[in-house]
Amino acid sequence: MTGDFDTPLRPQTEAEVAEMVRLADGPLSLRGGGTRGVAYGAGQVLETAGLSGITLYEPGALTLVAGAGTPLAEVQAVLSAQRQRLAFEPPDLRAVLGRQGLSTLGGVVATNASGSRRVQAGAARDHLIGVRFVDGLGTVVKSGGRVMKNVTGLDLVKLMAGSHGTLGVITQVAFKLQAVPECAVTLQTDVPLGAGLALLRRALGSPFEVSGAAYGPFGAALRVEGMEASVRYRVAALKALLGGDWVESAGDALWVGVRDGHGLGEGALWRVSCKPTAAEGVVAALAGVPHQAVFDWGGGLIWIAVQGLADAGAGLIRGAVAGVGHATLLRGAGAAAFAPEAAGVAALSRALREKFDPKGILNAGIMG
Amino acid sequence: MDMPLPDQRIITSRDGLIARLRAVLPADGVIADPTETRAYECDALSAYRCAPLAVVLPRSTAEVSAVLRLCSQMGVKVVPRGAGTSLAGGSFPTADCVVLGVARMNGVIETDYDNRFIRVQTGRTNLAVTGAVEADGWFYAPDPSSQLACAIAGNIAMNSGGAHCLKYGVTTNNLLGVTIVLMSGEVVEIGGPWADAPGLDLLGVICGSEGQLGVVTEAYLRILPKPEGARPVLMGFSSNEVAGECVADIIRAGLLPVAIEFMDRPCIRACEDFAKAGYPDCEALLIVEVEGSAAEIDAQLALIKDIALRHSPVAYRESGSEEESRKIWLGRKSAFGAMGNIADYMCLDGTIPVSELPYVLRRIAEMSAAVGLSVANVFHAGDGNMHPLILYNANKPGDLELCEALGADILKLCVEVGGCLTGEHGVGVEKRDLMTVQFNPADLEAQLRVKDVFDPAWLLNPAKVFPLDVTASRRAS
Repeated sequence: MTGDFDTPLRPQTEAEVAEMVRLADGPLSLRGGGTRGVAYGAGQVLETAGLSGITLYEPGALTLVAGAGTPLAEVQAVLSAQRQRLAFEPPDLRAVLGRQGLSTLGGVVATNASGSRRVQAGAARDHLIGVRFVDGLGTVVKSGGRVMKNVTGLDLVKLMAGSHGTLGVITQVAFKLQAVPECAVTLQTDVPLGAGLALLRRALGSPFEVSGAAYGPFGAALRVEGMEASVRYRVAALKALLGGDWVESAGDALWVGVRDGHGLGEGALWRVSCKPTAAEGVVAALAGVPHQAVFDWGGGLIWIAVQGLADAGAGLIRGAVAGVGHATLLRGAGAAAFAPEAAGVAALSRALREKFDPKGILNAGIMG
Repeated sequence: MDMPLPDQRIITSRDGLIARLRAVLPADGVIADPTETRAYECDALSAYRCAPLAVVLPRSTAEVSAVLRLCSQMGVKVVPRGAGTSLAGGSFPTADCVVLGVARMNGVIETDYDNRFIRVQTGRTNLAVTGAVEADGWFYAPDPSSQLACAIAGNIAMNSGGAHCLKYGVTTNNLLGVTIVLMSGEVVEIGGPWADAPGLDLLGVICGSEGQLGVVTEAYLRILPKPEGARPVLMGFSSNEVAGECVADIIRAGLLPVAIEFMDRPCIRACEDFAKAGYPDCEALLIVEVEGSAAEIDAQLALIKDIALRHSPVAYRESGSEEESRKIWLGRKSAFGAMGNIADYMCLDGTIPVSELPYVLRRIAEMSAAVGLSVANVFHAGDGNMHPLILYNANKPGDLELCEALGADILKLCVEVGGCLTGEHGVGVEKRDLMTVQFNPADLEAQLRVKDVFDPAWLLNPAKVFPLDVTASRRAS
């Protein structure tokens, strides 16, 4: 991992973060637990793990506020005790990225990390309702708050989600939560890729509220969650709608694997976000190249592992996805991690980074 | 309300400006006759009016670009306008501005059920988006009460919500991509029919930016398959506190109704007098709506009934038919009309943590009594988004000022208990000067920097969102 670990900065409070950024005489390599960053900037490591702790949890208001360094696992345990959860299902990328440590809420936000339920419930950014951060000059800024609906001023909350530490050091986050449903059923059927993806799209176009739609070595898989009677009804309705033989199961092992990118093997690892109907074509561009692919979000997300190409497959994958989505290189060398942006978007993004981090010290250069 | 002094240099060059606008737009695209621009002097915050220099009604992104490039070159301010339904004065003109209305750009560009999106021009009304896909069993989820009239452009600018956003989210959660024209005239495509941004989430900051960053001319919107059915239940309680507790218990139980609407006694009475919906005579009333198949609805309503009965409701009425559903919603949907029938009113929009509902309602009643103006409360209880309606008499000298002062105090109370000034209407000119209650100078400065990037000359939608003294140096330079 990039970054100078000789004298890492480990602030314990937001005020300490502000002071460290203000006094920094060179670039800072920012991270939460270092478990999921697509890239880290060069420079002195600053870890936010010290900003840990849940400051507010109101189950009746479905609201949680916590320090950015709070471990995701700790939050999940606390929520789970009240039968609540983060609906966007943040992936655990430690296995596929070969990382150690504890994922933090700040890292989840900075990478806008979302799993299979994104297709129904939205991304991390859709559940983030407030954020506090320290900008590149050491100034503390807040946006949003702790309430569900808030359009007061420009929405910097969304801007910070997925900003990978390039606009500020996130110090506190607020999420809206979801109740854990009574019951979840997974449906699986063994069909070829094209037919499988078409089934997923059809299911997502039905009123039966599918909360997972994936295709992989396990075939086509759908997840239905909710009250037991309702799940039973919708499972039957989906089977009738889609036809074919579907195997029912409980448990979430399949979805954990899809969420975390398991079973893809060695090589460069990509996460491709695309128009669902374009998914098959994107993977077809790799014909003749050793690769494995798993599809989530009804085809809207493709995990691809590619072996044996010097550019990690960037030319083929980014060529195929041009105009229908974008591809991020999570693991491997030979290509830029973040997708190149069109000139207009790139200019706006660069100008925003310069405004928030005029000294260019926060995970500098990783996003362009 | 203070507005910056208009730029006399621009006002005196009006004829030249109009001639140049006519050179880049078709003849009917520029409205300069003062009798014809009158319709654009205000939006739904009709207490304030101001005639713009001219109104332009472009028909394409290219025409919007040409207008913005020209205005940018001439240093002329531009006020973007959707359908003019903003309750916050989001498209309130200045005397030295050109109003740019997108109402003529109302087409559907592409409908794609396989990928679950519709791409529209943003002058299309909210309801007409659903209208375009309804026959095929789909809908567009955000449903502001003005949905018959309001445009997608304004929905994006204000990040509009609606009664059903408890389940489906607000505009920002249903927006996939935009074509935005910057003040320079540059056209930028952001996002598209796929999930998430490859880099910074520019779409996220554009949505809800109240016309400060650019003019959105086209949008990719998420559409959803229509649920099989929906059914409301109405329940009455003997106090606001008890109704508030019932809301919290429903949420805690893990139920996800599509809507939980709350009305207090003054509102119930006014609606009953106006719409004769047959509401019970009680202190607080909830309308809870659930969706799904008939059996799913029955199962959810059974659980909701269990919860409600624990709070000893004075009335509990489950809809058994379309007609009964219509009647249950009738009073709620006529709330604003009912109020308008009694008096002039100002509609507030603060959000509070759901747990603070009883306290805030009690405080509002005390403040209302102290000032001598009635306040009726009707709001989206599931997400704490309140709509206190302050009744006043516009013809009585001093009453509007009294009403505005009470409104400001109520919004300050919302912030004090951990909430915010506006949940879905936006800041506009209306709440501009209260922004310092919620944000400190550093918070505001960070927002101004975003504006600097998109509109460096500060020409777009002037004097909105940010307090005038905070933006003075930027506007002067």
